[in-house]
Amino acid sequence: MNITYLLFFLCIIVCTLIITYWAARQSKTTNQFYIAAGSLTGMQNGMAIAGDYISAASFLGIVGTVALNGFDGFLYAIGFLVSYLIVLFFIAEPVHRLGRYSLGDVICARFPSDRVRGTMAVGTLVISVLYMIPQLVAAGLLIRLLLDINYSTSVLIIGSLMTIYVVFGGMFATSWVQIVKTVLLLSGTFLLSLIVFSRFDWNVAALIQEVQLGTPLGEQFFLPGNLFDEPLETLSLQLALILGTAGLPHILIRFFTVRNTKEVRKSLLTSTGIIGLFYIITLILGLGAVALVGYQQLITLDPTGNLAAPLLAGQLGGDFLMAFISAIAFTTIVAVVAGLVISATTAFSHDIYYHIMKKGRTTEKRQVRAAQVSAFIIGLVSTLFALGLKNINVTFLVSLTFIVAASSNLPVLLFTIYWKRFNRAGAVTGMISGLVGAFVLVLFGPHIMHPVDGWIPHEPLIPLNNPGIIAIPLGFLGAYLGTVFSGKPQENAADFAKFTVKAHTGAGGDRR
Amino acid sequence: MALEKEKRQQTEKEIDYEKVVQSSSFKQFMQDKKKFIIPWTIFFLVFYFLLPILTSYTTFLNTPAIGDISWVWLFAFAQFVMTWVLCIVYVKKANSFDKQADEILEKMQEGGDDK
Repeated sequence: MNITYLLFFLCIIVCTLIITYWAARQSKTTNQFYIAAGSLTGMQNGMAIAGDYISAASFLGIVGTVALNGFDGFLYAIGFLVSYLIVLFFIAEPVHRLGRYSLGDVICARFPSDRVRGTMAVGTLVISVLYMIPQLVAAGLLIRLLLDINYSTSVLIIGSLMTIYVVFGGMFATSWVQIVKTVLLLSGTFLLSLIVFSRFDWNVAALIQEVQLGTPLGEQFFLPGNLFDEPLETLSLQLALILGTAGLPHILIRFFTVRNTKEVRKSLLTSTGIIGLFYIITLILGLGAVALVGYQQLITLDPTGNLAAPLLAGQLGGDFLMAFISAIAFTTIVAVVAGLVISATTAFSHDIYYHIMKKGRTTEKRQVRAAQVSAFIIGLVSTLFALGLKNINVTFLVSLTFIVAASSNLPVLLFTIYWKRFNRAGAVTGMISGLVGAFVLVLFGPHIMHPVDGWIPHEPLIPLNNPGIIAIPLGFLGAYLGTVFSGKPQENAADFAKFTVKAHTGAGGDRR
Repeated sequence: MALEKEKRQQTEKEIDYEKVVQSSSFKQFMQDKKKFIIPWTIFFLVFYFLLPILTSYTTFLNTPAIGDISWVWLFAFAQFVMTWVLCIVYVKKANSFDKQADEILEKMQEGGDDK
């Protein structure tokens, strides 16, 4: 085993455990455990959101797809970024004002009912665990390759780290691990991109020329159409990307960790700044990888191109830089999975255990204990899943997560906040139709149904890899039809007045 | 803590939210928000989807714009700039929304105290 790698990895592990130790002393109440007592500043939370959001799929993945496919790889980055406008304009502030710990709180501010809360909690659990598995699998493969330890050990290391952070340090530890990750990721990749430019004497034209020599695509590299040649597929993906973020529970619960809506907006200003900058850097790294490492070498080690960033670092700065960038990739993954564990934990212990099972009658101490136990179980179950799925390509789960978030959470959030006629039945049918719709469409799509190497050896019934363009309207339709056909009279008109005032001004609530 | 909550609930009961929603200041507030959000949302959605639509169905973005850099890249970077600018504009604008909201809350509290 290479000692440089080991040192970097140990350094990251020790630093994050120190953070967790410090955070553990401030995670004694539910308020501290779930939302870090709302004590983060907008700037800190913005960095944490970036740390929560930028997954291995977008760091390693986008560098890789840009290196292999040119312009089309960059389309992902655009969708990931622009989606924050939906969050900022429609979702972030009302979510902060209406909820306390979870998305279930937000919907139940208008429709207090166990069924609504339970459905939301199940949706959150499904999204978080679905998203966690590909991250863990990717992490396992990455560490195996870099540290030369076997897959199961790698997954176990990441799985235990994320579980330790959340069980002992709650939202405090999660947030600070994410902040540290953002600082490391941004500075490390920025440094790397500067080295790329310096290799070409800061001459962009020379870089572009070298890229065209390095890629088999030639001039076509810089033009669209290499990855997406099916217009419907492209639009469907773009739709899921722009609407997905606004339904991702692990991002939305971050808006509870600040004091007021001013800080919510500052969080988003910071995070869009960081995320945008970061994706521009990944573009440079992708170009650098194909120019300096070369296409052939990129695909020999990993045909998906996911190792483009570490390989580029190795090419530019030898083992040391490669170890540094790999350690950053490792931090990227643990920060994201920790965020997913805490969102799943909140959904289970706050919504299902505290509200539904205990009907809100239990002590503060027991709640924190329950949260820790759920965090442990969620960490364990996801790790076990990841251990079992080693040889299966699970990257499609990342796009499935965005589709589920956009088709099951977003319609219900939007209608709850803005549509007066919306009712309890509509909320439940909306969430279920979005969730089930997304699953069924993926099940009948080319990821699962494939005549040669699919789980179901059959021609796909739905030709779209990314069925967002069907699933998302299904979610909205389900919510609408559920409302219209439930036949319930407008019983909650007075409620809605109070709810609206609270959602838009923060009246009657804790403006923390 | 519990006492505080009780107290808050009591004051809440005295507020007629239906009246607040019908008040001209609240209506104006919602109107102003809508006037900002709806047009800008339509703008950014069109701007955003225009890129994949144009790259899927046409090729005229592939022509060079500045030196070797083609229009498609300029359009792609413009998406970044648009996101950042709209974020800043919204955050600026939201300060005035906050002021309106605070005024509504103040009026509401006064109404609640008048017994």
